Amino acid sequence: MLKYIVKRLLIMIPILLAVAILIFTLMALVPGDPARLALGDSPTITEEMLESVRAQMGLDKPFLVRLGIYLRDIFLHFDFGTSYSTGVAVTKELASRFPNTLLLAVLCIVLMLGLGVPAGIRAAVKANTAEDRLSMLITLIGNSMPNFWLALLLVLLFSLKLGWLPAVGAKSFKYFILPALSGGLGGVASIARQTRASMLEVIRSDYVTTARAKGLSESKVIFTHALPNALIPVITITAQQFSFMLGGIAVIESIFSIPGIGNFLITSISARDYPCVQGCVIYIAFAFSIMMLLTDLIYAFVDPRIKSQYFGSKGKKVKRG
Amino acid sequence: MKKTAEKTAGNTAKKSLKPGSLPYIWQYIRHNIGAMCGLIFLAGMVILTILSPYIMKYDYITIDFTARFALPSLEHPFGCDQYGRDILSRILYGARYTLSIGILCTAFAAIFGIILGAIAGYFGGIVDSAIMRFLDIFQAFPQLLMAMTLVAILGTGLDKCILALGISGIPGYARMTRANILNIRNSEYIEASVSIKCSTFRILRKHIIPNVLSPLIISMAMGIASSGLAAASLSFIGLGIQSPLPEWGAMLAEARDYMRQYPHMILFPGIFIVLTVLSFNLIGDALRDALDPKLRE
Repeated sequence: MLKYIVKRLLIMIPILLAVAILIFTLMALVPGDPARLALGDSPTITEEMLESVRAQMGLDKPFLVRLGIYLRDIFLHFDFGTSYSTGVAVTKELASRFPNTLLLAVLCIVLMLGLGVPAGIRAAVKANTAEDRLSMLITLIGNSMPNFWLALLLVLLFSLKLGWLPAVGAKSFKYFILPALSGGLGGVASIARQTRASMLEVIRSDYVTTARAKGLSESKVIFTHALPNALIPVITITAQQFSFMLGGIAVIESIFSIPGIGNFLITSISARDYPCVQGCVIYIAFAFSIMMLLTDLIYAFVDPRIKSQYFGSKGKKVKRG
Repeated sequence: MKKTAEKTAGNTAKKSLKPGSLPYIWQYIRHNIGAMCGLIFLAGMVILTILSPYIMKYDYITIDFTARFALPSLEHPFGCDQYGRDILSRILYGARYTLSIGILCTAFAAIFGIILGAIAGYFGGIVDSAIMRFLDIFQAFPQLLMAMTLVAILGTGLDKCILALGISGIPGYARMTRANILNIRNSEYIEASVSIKCSTFRILRKHIIPNVLSPLIISMAMGIASSGLAAASLSFIGLGIQSPLPEWGAMLAEARDYMRQYPHMILFPGIFIVLTVLSFNLIGDALRDALDPKLRE
């Protein structure tokens, strides 16, 4: 198991290296002079000033040298450079924004699982009834709704008309309720659909028929025999959604002015603040890879078939329905 | 009773048709109310969008300060925006952006993704590793964030928006194609065809392509829906189509400043995004039921 984790962590190094090289190269190809961007648009800027800023930023060196310095700074000193517009270290900017993004992501996931899984189970148990069809139609609409539009509607109702919740900022927990709702409800829909689909598959399997034949109560059949097996694909989707969200639900963060990673990426792109864009991209790739690794590990613990691949046939036996 | 009769009729028709063929799929979709609603909505949308310059009383760009923030009325069914432009005309004109971006970038992503995935899956070995490791880099990003980063490099505008969303969709299709091909390549019927000395071309044409294609068609239908959504999100944050062009996301971004007093401005563009995306999703669902034998009950 440990060997597997170490191997996966080692694979991440070349991927992150490639991401860093790729984004640095692409950003270097973008037309525009970073020195001019850093100095701002003022008619008093002279060519000498530009030259000195270029030298200060290291832009007078050849591309490959700059790339080498950038990679060395990132991987050896954990230094992503400084922001053109604020002059603050990118690492600091990312670190100050991460808690907000993390809190929002956790809240969204709690909402998704809390509403999506029960809704999916109910729809599967009542499969092909009017209730099932209605709930699947609602989830499909939820899936089709842009989260930013939902956010606007929620702000309109709860902030502007009723005045119950704040519309912008991230000062306390209250500020995160509307963003979590607008970011999470779309996910509720996909979790509900996935839960329903995998529950339906499991309900038809032989061991569920056996459980019923033993005369177990319906709730025991559903919750102890069917559900644990049906949840495995749900875990994948949840982990995937979570890793997307760690990159920031950019649009939602922007609407609610939450200083998170996604919002940071949007403002950096609009301000053409390349060190920040590069920093965000590498951070997102890192967060995503770590989450994918965690997902595979969770898989191994939930599914005894996968677990036995790591521990061999002598692996601890897990009681299954 | 009538419904059962219809269903039976449908089933007999299905039995006589070749599974996976177009008439067979049509048979399925025709009996799926949701998919039919989606098809009708999209067809209506396309016709209205094409005809809108001729049938609409107002232009999407004409400014009329006497009609600023006009509420929905007979004159302006969806009201007017902050410059007095008719919202219905703008929505109908804007449909061409959402539809064309959705379809074009899905086509772009699918074509390149399928080619890459097919090469990786069929040849295997070092070619496979090279392609898949390269795609791993892109796999480390959610589609929207990757499209945003690409916009930072390419710039904004319709063509760049399509390119950014298209490129960010490639890895998904490549992975799916490769996984399907690997699955099929190891199946017994391919082994059987090889053992009776079928040519590579024949195996590809008769066995591999048809089997790889169905899941791809389904995910393309869903892909149009999700790229339409992503395009609207990009425009909403000012990284896609720029106002004053009436892309629905851009319209919502403009309307945001006035939504407290004039909620109709955010209501209608949003409803049209939902209906369009929902239509593609409903059609995708029906296609999946028609093409995936495992889901057929």
